[in-house]
Amino acid sequence: MVDYSKHEHVVVIYPHPDDESFGTSGTIINFREAEVPVTYLCGTLGEMGRNMGSPFFANRETLPKIRKQELIDACQVLDMDLVMLGYRDKTLEFEAKDEVAEHLKKHIEKLGATLVITFYPPYAVHPDHDAMGAAAFEAVRKMDEDKRPEVWATAISNNRDEMLGKPDIVVDTEPVFDRKLEAIKSHRSQAEGMLSKMRESSDFIGEYDSALQRLQYEAFYKVDVDQVNP
Amino acid sequence: MKAIKMDEVQKHLDDFANEPVYIHLETTNGAYAKHFDSNAHNVGAYIRNAQIKYERGKIVESDATYRVGLKTDGWVYAEGLTDYELNEDGQLLLAGHDQVGRLMVALQISRKPFQM
Repeated sequence: MVDYSKHEHVVVIYPHPDDESFGTSGTIINFREAEVPVTYLCGTLGEMGRNMGSPFFANRETLPKIRKQELIDACQVLDMDLVMLGYRDKTLEFEAKDEVAEHLKKHIEKLGATLVITFYPPYAVHPDHDAMGAAAFEAVRKMDEDKRPEVWATAISNNRDEMLGKPDIVVDTEPVFDRKLEAIKSHRSQAEGMLSKMRESSDFIGEYDSALQRLQYEAFYKVDVDQVNP
Repeated sequence: MKAIKMDEVQKHLDDFANEPVYIHLETTNGAYAKHFDSNAHNVGAYIRNAQIKYERGKIVESDATYRVGLKTDGWVYAEGLTDYELNEDGQLLLAGHDQVGRLMVALQISRKPFQM
């Protein structure tokens, strides 16, 4: 069991609008219900996303604006503060990691984070996920040891259990899943494709129940940033 | 965007010819191709705000999708285009979408740089 109320401020660091809703929104809701402030440092606006809605309603030039609004809406559903970091989708791994880490560190310190949630590189599949996670680890590594927040990391690669073992924390989101689904659906341009694919799958048992089957559990590894490869 | 009408797109391609223009060109099979199919691997390329000048732009139909070639000092080429739009900024957007509306290829032409 996680004692949510023991934290003072949770900072979620992912690169794309929707990473927070698909992967971590149930956990975020639990922190908010324990009256712990949560801030999302969102790296990019997902400008290069392939999903344009289904049927598609966005194009390459309108997508950033649409995804920005979806992100704001999702953060409202999750009652979480939002900081948009202004990097560009698909290019994070080509930025200077140290500069990104410094940028993140400033926010982490200013917010007084006691917990940072990010992706676990290199087990996060998308290059932006891995780069954002690596920069977040580095940001915490740069801090004085006695001031460092706890770090929880999301791994989604198919080999995660083999490489990292079982996750340290598994959150069952069923009690708050209606709000998790609402947050996901705020990202209309990104969620519609997945939802329509789900509806067409042979094991479809209704939107809520099928989504619950796929997204009920949120898993995290507790990371000691001195013990992982930089 | 709407389904490509060849004669309209051809007209727009002619309008941008013989002057400096910015292009956005990309193709991708997504960052999760290998994640969902271990036999696949992720491919993608994109270039945004390269400045070119072409003497001739031409659209060709092929099995209900379209190819566009721009003849410069070299060549610019895109295949699999299905939809287009001339947006409010006067930019010609061409894209190819799959069955569920995901973008697979895009070629865009603009007189001023695309927004960053």
